[in-house]
Amino acid sequence: MVFDQALFYAFAAFTVSGSLLVIVQKNPVYSIVSLILAFFGLAGLYVLLQAPFVAVVQIIVYAGAILVLFLFVVMLLNVPREDAAEWDRAHPLYRPGPMRVGALLAVLLIGELAWALFKTPGLTGATGAGTTGISDVGQLGRVLFTDYMFAFEVTSILIIVAMLGAVLLARRPGE
Amino acid sequence: MVPLSHFLVLSGVLFTIGTAGVFLRRNVITLLLSIEIMLNAVNLAFVAFGRQFGTVDGQIITFFVMTVAAAEAAVGLALVIGLFRHRESLNPEAFTSLKW
Repeated sequence: MVFDQALFYAFAAFTVSGSLLVIVQKNPVYSIVSLILAFFGLAGLYVLLQAPFVAVVQIIVYAGAILVLFLFVVMLLNVPREDAAEWDRAHPLYRPGPMRVGALLAVLLIGELAWALFKTPGLTGATGAGTTGISDVGQLGRVLFTDYMFAFEVTSILIIVAMLGAVLLARRPGE
Repeated sequence: MVPLSHFLVLSGVLFTIGTAGVFLRRNVITLLLSIEIMLNAVNLAFVAFGRQFGTVDGQIITFFVMTVAAAEAAVGLALVIGLFRHRESLNPEAFTSLKW
């Protein structure tokens, strides 16, 4: 059981550092590669949560499809590096007054979240201790195609609309 | 075994990183990546709750979130391509045609 915790902390550190790298890199290509690494850490966490199918889908769909799409666009556009310097100085939100209000609100939010977490009962035991782990893809499919049938069908419409919209938006005008 | 609270805290940390990215970065593509981080933080919370209560519903919601993320990425990137074609920039501050 100690082994589980060690794995959790390893994957969590991997995911958090990958996500942090995403937002500190100046070059979008490095950001995307860091995000792919973070998603591999998340896939490991899903395996720890007895959800291997979600882990595999995470790698195939997210790391394999969505982020490769991002990479393609970045390389297609030959994206310039960020030029934040002169804009940041001039923005009204960077004045001391608004910054103090924002910092206060952030601290307040963290305090509220910590309070809610510590006041909630039943969080200290092992996750899902009283239940049997569900790693059965058959059961997953059965629930998806019975209880969530309507949502599933609506999702297909969403994907068609998104695809048409993307093609329409990315087309050069006049073609 | 790992308590549920650990997963929730991790989810919160990831969501915070995503939010900070949206506020701090000046590049439309990095903003979209930060939104992906936020969606994944929520996915982690869903799967952890599903495990806690012994149902598959959390995992199924995760699939729907992934589908929405894919659609959002496709449309968002198409918009980015269109914007870049018009302005030759990815800085959101460059897109001010609707500003009064």
